[in-house]
Amino acid sequence: MNAEWRWDFTFEILPKMLWATLNTIMAAGIGYAIAMVVGLIFLLGQRTPFKIINMINREIVEFIRSTPLLIQLFFVYFVLPQFGITLSAWVCGMITIGLHFGTYLSEVYRGALEGVPKTQWEACRALNFSTIYTYRKIVLPQAFPIAIPGMGNYLVGIFKDTPLLSTIGVAELFHAATAVGGYHYRYLEPYTIVGLIFLTLSIPAAMWIRKIEKDVNLAQGKIKKEKV
Amino acid sequence: MSYLAFLSEHGPTMLLGTVMTIKVLICATLLYVIISVIFGLMRVSKNPIIQGVATGYIEFFRGTSLLVQLFWFYYVLPFFGISLEAFTAGVVAIGMNFGAYGAEIVRGGILAVPKGQWEGAFALNFTPAKRMRKIIIPQIFPIILPPAANLTVELLKATALVALVTVVDLTFEAKQINSITWLSAQCFGTALLIYYIISRFFLVPFLRWLEVLAARKVGKDKI
Repeated sequence: MNAEWRWDFTFEILPKMLWATLNTIMAAGIGYAIAMVVGLIFLLGQRTPFKIINMINREIVEFIRSTPLLIQLFFVYFVLPQFGITLSAWVCGMITIGLHFGTYLSEVYRGALEGVPKTQWEACRALNFSTIYTYRKIVLPQAFPIAIPGMGNYLVGIFKDTPLLSTIGVAELFHAATAVGGYHYRYLEPYTIVGLIFLTLSIPAAMWIRKIEKDVNLAQGKIKKEKV
Repeated sequence: MSYLAFLSEHGPTMLLGTVMTIKVLICATLLYVIISVIFGLMRVSKNPIIQGVATGYIEFFRGTSLLVQLFWFYYVLPFFGISLEAFTAGVVAIGMNFGAYGAEIVRGGILAVPKGQWEGAFALNFTPAKRMRKIIIPQIFPIILPPAANLTVELLKATALVALVTVVDLTFEAKQINSITWLSAQCFGTALLIYYIISRFFLVPFLRWLEVLAARKVGKDKI
């Protein structure tokens, strides 16, 4: 083994890695879409007036949040077939990521809803708006900007956790790197390329989110100014 | 096989794995705390070079995946003649990754100390080092401990990854037992439960206790 960087090898494996990157992006996108819906379900469980459902919901969220994603992946992938449900690695991975990050997103949603001042609710009550109308026209438009930074952070978070999917055999970027590295018995280039691809994708994404956050804060400030 | 029989046969192995997980947790937490403080302080430095180094470090480690860093430390560093043991590689990768996140928390905490405190220290002619040590740092603990506690719970979850570079921790043992017995529900279920118990009944109460202690130290009894 020598530490020399081999450019010919790099260019040989680069197309394969870039193709696998598409899979990674797709996995992150699908996982995020599922997580957003799951987050809504957990949010509903949290806000129903039934105390028992609230408690069960909180315990489930707590449990999913405090156990490692890796073992959850193994659990879904290995245990479901024992009950006769055989899913592909892709489906298992997407379900698990959706569930895991759904619990985080439900917290983001909750924080955003609670970030809307109570007086808004009271004003709507005074104006005799229905609950649905209040949500649609008054609360959600104000809650959404508050939720954006948190939601963006978890999008990047999901993106950075997709390499875990390689452990159950989803052919994404990291899986491709391990396969290429094992085949040629050279890990220097594949893993370094993976790191660089992650950097080139996630740093602009993080900057973009920070910009949105700034814009949202500005917009929020404007709203306050108009009120005064 | 009943669950009790499973526990009596494989429970001791799982416990051994749990001990290793806790070892990784403690070592990585110590490392990440040290790194966070150093880079957090560097991040608020006025010297552009020091600040640039810290920003570069933080962006680099937050921008790439922990698993990639872990594999890089374990499989790529030997190419440069640095062979780390699996345990060391795991602890270093997790510590450096979470140190980057922690540094941002420390930076936020330092910036959140009221401006009057800085001015007061300046008016009293404190040197910058003394101002940091005696005025600012004691006040940042109640600010940074809640987010740091969340980060530490995340770190506990991240320790599961070291199993992939052959550290014999709880996840590794669960996988091993699974491949021998094919009792997936039992072994992964038990592993999930153990992680949950560590986090819910040991780690989180300990961190809450630290938060209360820190708040009391600066005279804010309510968090």
